[in-house]
Amino acid sequence: MTRTTISAATILAAGGLAAFSPAIASAADVNIYTSRQPELIQPVLDAFTEETGLSTATIFIDKGLEQRISAEGANSPADVIMTVDVGALDAAKQAGVTQAVTGEEINELIPAEFQDADHQWFGLTARGRVVYASKDRVDTDQISYKDLASDEWKGRLCTRSGQHQYNVALIAAYIEHYGEDAAREWVTGLRDNLARRPEGGDRDQAKAIFAGECDIALGNTYYVGKMATNEEEPEQKEWANAIKVIMPTFDNGKTHANISGVALAKNAPNRENAVKLMNFLASDEAQRIYAEINFEYPLEQGIPTSDLVKSFGDFQMDDISLSDVASHRGEASRIVDEVSYDGGPQS
Amino acid sequence: MSATASFLKPDLKPRRRLRRGVDLRWLLVAGLVALLTVMPILSLVVIAVSSGPSESWSHLLSTVLPDATRVTILLMIGVAITTGIVGVVTAWLTASFEFPGRRFFSWALVLPLAVPTYIAAYCVTEFLHFTGPVQTAIRDVFGFTSRRDYWFPEIRSLPGAVLILSSVLYPYVFLTVRMVFLMQGRRAADVARTLGAGPLGAFLKVLLPMARPAIAVGVALALMETVNDIGAVEFLGVRTLTFSVYSTWLNRGDLAGATQLALAMLVVIVGLVLLERMARREQRYTLSRGDKAEASRLPLRPAQAGLASLACFLPVAFGFGIPAYILGDYASRRLSQFQNPALWDAVGNTALVASAAGLVTVAAAFLMSYGVRLTRSGRLTALVRLGALGYAVPGTVLAIGVLIPLAAFDNALDAFLRAHFGVSTGLLLSGSGAAIVYACCVRFMAMGYGAMESGFSKLSPNLDHAARTLGHGPGRILGSVLLPLMRPAILTGFMLVFVDSVKELSATILLRPFDFETLATFVYTSASRSAFDDGAVAALLIVLIGILPVIALTRTILKQAA
Repeated sequence: MTRTTISAATILAAGGLAAFSPAIASAADVNIYTSRQPELIQPVLDAFTEETGLSTATIFIDKGLEQRISAEGANSPADVIMTVDVGALDAAKQAGVTQAVTGEEINELIPAEFQDADHQWFGLTARGRVVYASKDRVDTDQISYKDLASDEWKGRLCTRSGQHQYNVALIAAYIEHYGEDAAREWVTGLRDNLARRPEGGDRDQAKAIFAGECDIALGNTYYVGKMATNEEEPEQKEWANAIKVIMPTFDNGKTHANISGVALAKNAPNRENAVKLMNFLASDEAQRIYAEINFEYPLEQGIPTSDLVKSFGDFQMDDISLSDVASHRGEASRIVDEVSYDGGPQS
Repeated sequence: MSATASFLKPDLKPRRRLRRGVDLRWLLVAGLVALLTVMPILSLVVIAVSSGPSESWSHLLSTVLPDATRVTILLMIGVAITTGIVGVVTAWLTASFEFPGRRFFSWALVLPLAVPTYIAAYCVTEFLHFTGPVQTAIRDVFGFTSRRDYWFPEIRSLPGAVLILSSVLYPYVFLTVRMVFLMQGRRAADVARTLGAGPLGAFLKVLLPMARPAIAVGVALALMETVNDIGAVEFLGVRTLTFSVYSTWLNRGDLAGATQLALAMLVVIVGLVLLERMARREQRYTLSRGDKAEASRLPLRPAQAGLASLACFLPVAFGFGIPAYILGDYASRRLSQFQNPALWDAVGNTALVASAAGLVTVAAAFLMSYGVRLTRSGRLTALVRLGALGYAVPGTVLAIGVLIPLAAFDNALDAFLRAHFGVSTGLLLSGSGAAIVYACCVRFMAMGYGAMESGFSKLSPNLDHAARTLGHGPGRILGSVLLPLMRPAILTGFMLVFVDSVKELSATILLRPFDFETLATFVYTSASRSAFDDGAVAALLIVLIGILPVIALTRTILKQAA
């Protein structure tokens, strides 16, 4: 054709090529697909590189991680999958993008209830789904998950969206403990106690307590640490200061814990290095870093939590199987819709 | 840019038989490009029908769907009305009257276009929150201590979402409508006035009907962005259908059901667009360039001028001032971040992806619209318009539609080369910057194609005929005659796609290569830790990078209209 067509084609090609250049430098000794924020895992990865000399490369994807690996198929560069929620770990397993790891250190170091029954994924750290309560307006220091639905808290509760994975996992755990009907009733009770429509993230709930919009809220433990030590926005220290952490319990006296975890990708091109990384993540050194920097609870036995986290009180981690919890997340998500939880208080 | 997306425009010219050979080649080229833009939507259709009607439907129908539908419709109506009124009134004021600040507002009114909806939602909420400057001042003045002591409107609500989305989306209407007013309106209004109409009468009877196609185009763009938005509505706690798409997919592991829902929404959008077009089928508005007799801007009385300034000031303050203030405030406490090399890598990546997306989109749009102009093939037109609908699909879902065919192509190519040549190419396209550029092209084709189509519509077909009688082929005509004349349209298309690509987040996240950050992903990683404030510096840079082309765009348009 003519010069113009050629030049238009050249522009197309040049544009395409220009976009290639960042892609070429990729793959390292271990390639990680993660739905955990890179900043939160980077210190641990740095320690791994220092100890083993193996380099790491990461992609942070929070929606569609398993679809991407599954579409990439046999050529997928993914070695290791890291996620923040047991539901996400289970979703990766269900999508068939993981493979089992057996007979390795990680199998020994991580307690069985925090591993997949088929060893397709492993928990690394835990975070409690606890109650933030106003220091001024809430006297009690003890509360059960069931209590949260009682009339005492009418118009006093704040949470983020019921469809958020942390709340879905909590409801799924409730189903595992008490059955689906009881869970539906419970979520209805929570809905009726809401002070406002669910919105924002966990920190926003602490902020709402600070602002006097509500008296109790559901939140993850580590956010309290993050707020209490926020030097850039000292205002957040005031939010943290307005609340106390209460460890709510199920009938077994234990508190719901969700996990961040790791899995070996099905077509991992660097399988050996990937397993090395997984073992390292379960080791003393990595677990210490997690505990100190991220205010999480290490899952390896005998590693202490940070002092700040200790101040929340004794954390009795629920020991029901997380695989079982994960299997209820579809039901849990449907319940949230059925009772129109995100529609907020009905009356 | 009188019509950012004139895929809405009726095809009035009679069909013509293809001249074999040359035109057929163009049909093939344009058709191929159009197929590439439609492919992601097609692959979503495949996912949607692959598993039959999803179980999620009965669940959704009996639970959230009625309410989500109601919320979505109200949100769309609200955004349509608000962006329509704000866009038209500000365009009318700056085009027809003289008042203090008019020159400034004629470009400042476009600035909110550089602010992504999710950043606007966060900033406005911060600004109006209990701990923000407004409520703090109220408490200080009246001596309140708790949120329960006084009433304050809740910004995290449906009306709040309408206000916030409209505050950054009205520039689409402003841009398209002002172009009409500038090119035609003032003279038409002058004529109306000589016939005895007042300025308001001229506006209602002449200008407004004349601007209707442009209003439809601008509002359609605003609505498509409203429908695909998840960041802002999720943050504001407004449960739209898009929210249900994501919870169906992510919490219940039902991608097919989610895709069916997303496509059902797309069908509704197509329906709305067709309805509007049918409603004005009998009316024709020709934008001829005409002679360039300078029409006058009416001076206003002081009180009126004050009101006009205020009417232009409020949208700028709300859509740009508040975000800039909040981001600037957070950024000022994080100046050290400016020394972070990773941030500047992200700036480079953002600029690279956005420029590549702008170039490729405009080149593709140019080929397609020239193909349509040359062949007047109905099927090609339909295909091209279908491709421009990518804008209405939620970003992450569209990205899945991009990912699957790309990865399938890569794997097939790899298998073929391994089998025949013993070479492995691995994943060539998926997981590379090219995948992101491709996704941006598909998402923002509405902008690129709209600009090209409206540009071509201003060039008389006589130009082509004249050149042909001189013995030039279509390619030669394109190069020596049409391309130079199309320069403003090309620039407009490029800059609109560039600005939107700078803001693009959801497709980038899913498709990006290892250790690849753009400014938008930078902001997002902070926001997903509930620490949006840490992303303020990157957010500010998004806005700043977006402003440059926005200002250039305004200058191009003003020059074009002059």
